[in-house]
Amino acid sequence: MKRASTARDSVPVMVTSLGLVLILLMLALVMWLILSRGFAAFWPQRLEHFQLKDGSALLGEVWERLETPEGQRLRLRTGNREITGQDVQLLDMAEVASSSIPQDAVLLERHENGVFLGWLVGLRGPGLAVEGDGPNLRRNLDKALEHMEEVDGELRSLQEEARRLALKRGRWEEEVERGASVRRVAELEPRLEESARRLQLMESRLDSLRSAADLWRLDLRSADGATTDLPLLQVGRWVPANELGLVGRLGLYLARVGDFLSEDPRESNTAGGVWPAIFGTVLMVLLMSLAAAPLGVVTAVYLHDYARQGFLVRLIRLAVNNLAGVPSIVFGIFGLGFFIYFMGGGVDGAFFGHRLPEPTYGTGGILWASLTLALLTLPVVVVATLEGLSAVSPATRMAALALGATRWQMMRQVVLPNAMPGILTGLILAVSRAAGEVAPLMITGVVKLAPSLALDGDFPFLHLERKFMHLGFHIYDLGFQSPNVEAAKPMLFATAMLLILIVLALNLTAILLRNHLRKRYKQAAF
Amino acid sequence: MLEMTKPEVTRRSDADETMETALDVQGVEVWYGPSRAVHGVSMQLPARRVTAFIGPSGCGKSTLLRCFNRMNELIPDCRVTGGIHIHGRDIHAPGTALEELRREVGMVFQKSNPFSKTIYDNVAYGPRVHGNKDRHALDGLVESCLKRVALWDEVKDRLKSSALDLSGGQQQRLCIARALAVDPRVLLMDEPASALDPRSTGRIEDLITELRDQYTIVIVTHNMQQAARVSDFTAFLYEGHLVEFNETQRLFTKPDHEQTNDYITGRFG
Ligand SMILES: Nc1ncnc2c1ncn2[C@@H]1O[C@H](COP(=O)(O)OP(=O)(O)OP(=O)(O)O)[C@@H](O)[C@H]1O
Ligand SMILES: [Mg+2]
Repeated sequence: MKRASTARDSVPVMVTSLGLVLILLMLALVMWLILSRGFAAFWPQRLEHFQLKDGSALLGEVWERLETPEGQRLRLRTGNREITGQDVQLLDMAEVASSSIPQDAVLLERHENGVFLGWLVGLRGPGLAVEGDGPNLRRNLDKALEHMEEVDGELRSLQEEARRLALKRGRWEEEVERGASVRRVAELEPRLEESARRLQLMESRLDSLRSAADLWRLDLRSADGATTDLPLLQVGRWVPANELGLVGRLGLYLARVGDFLSEDPRESNTAGGVWPAIFGTVLMVLLMSLAAAPLGVVTAVYLHDYARQGFLVRLIRLAVNNLAGVPSIVFGIFGLGFFIYFMGGGVDGAFFGHRLPEPTYGTGGILWASLTLALLTLPVVVVATLEGLSAVSPATRMAALALGATRWQMMRQVVLPNAMPGILTGLILAVSRAAGEVAPLMITGVVKLAPSLALDGDFPFLHLERKFMHLGFHIYDLGFQSPNVEAAKPMLFATAMLLILIVLALNLTAILLRNHLRKRYKQAAF
Repeated sequence: MLEMTKPEVTRRSDADETMETALDVQGVEVWYGPSRAVHGVSMQLPARRVTAFIGPSGCGKSTLLRCFNRMNELIPDCRVTGGIHIHGRDIHAPGTALEELRREVGMVFQKSNPFSKTIYDNVAYGPRVHGNKDRHALDGLVESCLKRVALWDEVKDRLKSSALDLSGGQQQRLCIARALAVDPRVLLMDEPASALDPRSTGRIEDLITELRDQYTIVIVTHNMQQAARVSDFTAFLYEGHLVEFNETQRLFTKPDHEQTNDYITGRFG
């Protein structure tokens, strides 16, 4: 920076640079908070054992050390929710008589009730009973868990098969109810009977699988000395947390991140992964682009090249620019009124009358949410395309016309390719805006837990009427609607970080793409 | 207005061939809104000859040139009246396809304006627009057009690289090749060399000399020497009026009009 030459000069320099520093500080703070906590969420920690002065004991991961006037206080994740009623406890160091890091303590990741912290005591199964922690038990536990994974897979595929059959049955039943022809009914009736029998068979097979798996139990001791036994089917992974070296911890960390990205959420979203939310976000953004891109480009082309330039066009441009400033919840309300009630209601009346009063399209769904967001981001696309179009020099247009091209050929073959960098930049900016938008979604079809993805193996594969999950809403849900705030916290930060990374990646793509295309379609420099 | 006498052509080998009129201009006027830029110009431009338009800046040379391929219609509020026949066809006749007209009457602009496409695609653009999609035919056409503008040897190894990587002079020759690729009968050039260095200008002039046998060329220029070097006929315009249209040699040595004389000798004011 240039040195301020006089005292009068230095004041504005100071004030303005102070503003910059302030903004940078805020940004750094937000990013540090989210990134540090987000990245730390899955890092395996040591299990610490605390002997308290009143004779009781606690085992837990130290999540935070708080300095208070009364001395140090710990936020301790003790797990074992079904026993103590909470995952996280506050512990005053003044109450602690002694603490240690027991080598043999383990952490169990469970499909229900969060984690269990304690010690392995025994393993029981059909024809197997191991007493006492040791290599023998651990080896058998690994083997048994592998078996449980197989059983789990079998259970899932059986359940899926039963679900599909039930779905098919439902359709046949509906057909019969709606009054199919006599011949059709005669055709369907045996099928209905056959499928009912098969469903029953599946049910009993499921039951027997479950009860066989239930024979596998793991005996455990918690910090207070009590022993419990867990059905092994509930255990996802056991971690000898205090024995792990750096490599072991890193492996576990990556495995947990993988689970987070690929699994369904469990236990009111406080455990498991966010895969449906990632999927919902991406699919919604994709659908939005499919709607916003053509509409925005066509609008901009008309405004820029075909409409007679004058007061009206200037007014429309102004209106489009202002549309970008309308609060997103207003778009949400418009989406609710226009798309869901008016259009959705109309579609239901015309095509799904037999299901009424149960709405099909007349309620929030991924299609309506995408269209609402498309409307919201349309100004971004239009403005970017307008800019892209005006960046194409009149000389280039003239060249095409003078060769005998029609205006449309000129547009399609010369102008639009040249305007592409601008258009794509606008589109990706729109996408990154849409990816982070939550308010309008809350009234147009986002839910905290969607029973199924909008894209699956059931005909017709893409279910645009379905409700969906979304990362932004997921953050809101974890932060403010969770029954177990403490357990949700790491998930909250991890989800926030994921969303930020996705938006960051989108913006980065936009910049790279634009630079690449600019090089390719650079304007004649003369 | 000067009544044009058909001049004897002595510089060309086909001197005794009766001259065919390529562009027949009758009382053309051009208005930009309320102001008149071209006043009742009439002249007959001979086929397969080079005609130069000269005159001070703002006298309407470009405007008149743009009448011949009806590019003025792209300018809002611009109005053209009068008759223009190209090889006997009225270009303003109802039902005239603009695309056809512009295929027949090519144009090269003052500033080179290649598309931000490959060299190959630049030349092939016109033929493709007019429905020529055959790869082999296009390959041959691109090669012959680039050869005709003496660019082939310079670019034959990088036909697939961007046209914008060429130098200014090369770009302008590419633009001429692009105009030739649709096989026009008339080529309009609006100060095609004014943005180029003397060497590139020389090449463009050589090129015009090469092309004069096959095309009717109309060139706008501010450079008297250039007009004298490359053109067979010269039209001198002043404030929208056609002052004199004559054989180039005659116009530059024994002009019929005082005004022309003043302009070409630089005593203008
Ligand atoms: N698009 C336009 N709108 C309004 N007036 C115009 C337009 N183009 C040209 N004119 C006017 O028409 C007249 C002739 O312009 P033109 O461009 O034909 O001159 P020129 O002889 O080509 O000049 P130069 O040698 O500088 O290129 C000028 O007075 C100019 O101001
Ligand atoms: Mg001009």
